[in-house]
Amino acid sequence: MGLDFSIVPKYMDIILLGVGWTVGITFAAALLSFVGGVLFAVTALYAPWIVRQPFRLIEWVFMGTPLLLQLFLIYFGLVQIGIDLPAFVAGIIGLGLHFAVYNSELIQTAILAVDKGQMEAARTLGLSRGQALRKVVVPQAVRAVIPPIGNNMIALLKDSALVSVIGVSELTLSAQRVIGKTYRPFEFYIVAAAFYYVINLCMEWVQRKIERRISISR
Amino acid sequence: MDIELMLKVYPFFLDAAWVTILLSVLTAILGLICGTLGAAARLSRFALLRFLGVAYVSLFRGTPALIQLFILYFGGPQIGIQLDAFEAGVIGLGINAGAYMTETIRGAIIAIDKGQREAARTLGLSSWQSTYKVILPQAARLMVRPLGVNLNMLIKATALVAAISVIELTYTAQRYIGSTYKPFEMFLLAGVLYMIIIYATGRGVAWLDRKVRIT
Repeated sequence: MGLDFSIVPKYMDIILLGVGWTVGITFAAALLSFVGGVLFAVTALYAPWIVRQPFRLIEWVFMGTPLLLQLFLIYFGLVQIGIDLPAFVAGIIGLGLHFAVYNSELIQTAILAVDKGQMEAARTLGLSRGQALRKVVVPQAVRAVIPPIGNNMIALLKDSALVSVIGVSELTLSAQRVIGKTYRPFEFYIVAAAFYYVINLCMEWVQRKIERRISISR
Repeated sequence: MDIELMLKVYPFFLDAAWVTILLSVLTAILGLICGTLGAAARLSRFALLRFLGVAYVSLFRGTPALIQLFILYFGGPQIGIQLDAFEAGVIGLGINAGAYMTETIRGAIIAIDKGQREAARTLGLSSWQSTYKVILPQAARLMVRPLGVNLNMLIKATALVAAISVIELTYTAQRYIGSTYKPFEMFLLAGVLYMIIIYATGRGVAWLDRKVRIT
């Protein structure tokens, strides 16, 4: 069986719908991973010991096991405890939490790198510890950490392909569906790869723009 | 928690862990070969080789590893490449890991001071000799730690071959979650084994790094 790409346009609507889902899931999970990353980082650094230790264990588990395994746990685990979420929500939660842990590592380093004098000055001016963190230290840390977080978000895009395994109709599963009808795996997986590559290039472009802006305003 | 069930299925997870380890080792070897070739191409004096090196890294890092596996395993037969799932897993993941390792190896090589090469050439070594006897031995020491990060990612990436039905740890966990409806217990079994593999590898890399580091 040779290659025949002429069949591709006929199924483009299904593929494009998948592209939409992939972009949406990536965006939602990226947002969750960013907010979660900041919360995790602050918890890991400033929470009382009794909260911090089990938290460290959870972080360690998330970084030491494959994302695919975590997705199975979250998807089937939530069902088991009676929370029946749609697959795409489970996928967003799984991707978001996984990358929140990686973002948290970056943000922790950045928070520690913010000059101690910033906290001291804020406290002297009468801000509480929480306020000083929220309004002075964390914003500075977040700004420093945006370029490496961008790399994590590009990794997130590629890992979003994994949620096809729990039945989310994003780009990969859409390609699989079309292949089920046409028996043309090579053509349609190449098409899917091309779309991922283009989204990836767009994200890199946005990342460079943001980096340039940050470096100017510093 | 169903401890009894966990004890019953535990031997199957242990067998699967060996498959994961074997996959990781073979993938790492292939990845290193591809990474070395990729780095050599990117640092080549020929523009065509440099372009091929850049294209390799960009394409394989710019698309999901899962899709690459699918193209190889499901699409391969269409272009005359017939592989079983395990072979496709090793080759697919190895080429993918090689793209990441290309950048690691290249980074370590260009981190070596230019003066080293100049000094070697001045002392009468040929271009090849200065690369092999002066640059690479120094770069190799710098590579250990970042290659360790690549290795850590690679071990976790072996879980992807569950999607093409290679019976490794994640596939085994998935299958038992399906048949027992005990996701947490199965995650615990597989997760602990993954963490042991990753922890042991990390210690090994740290040991090697201490051993070769000159500071």
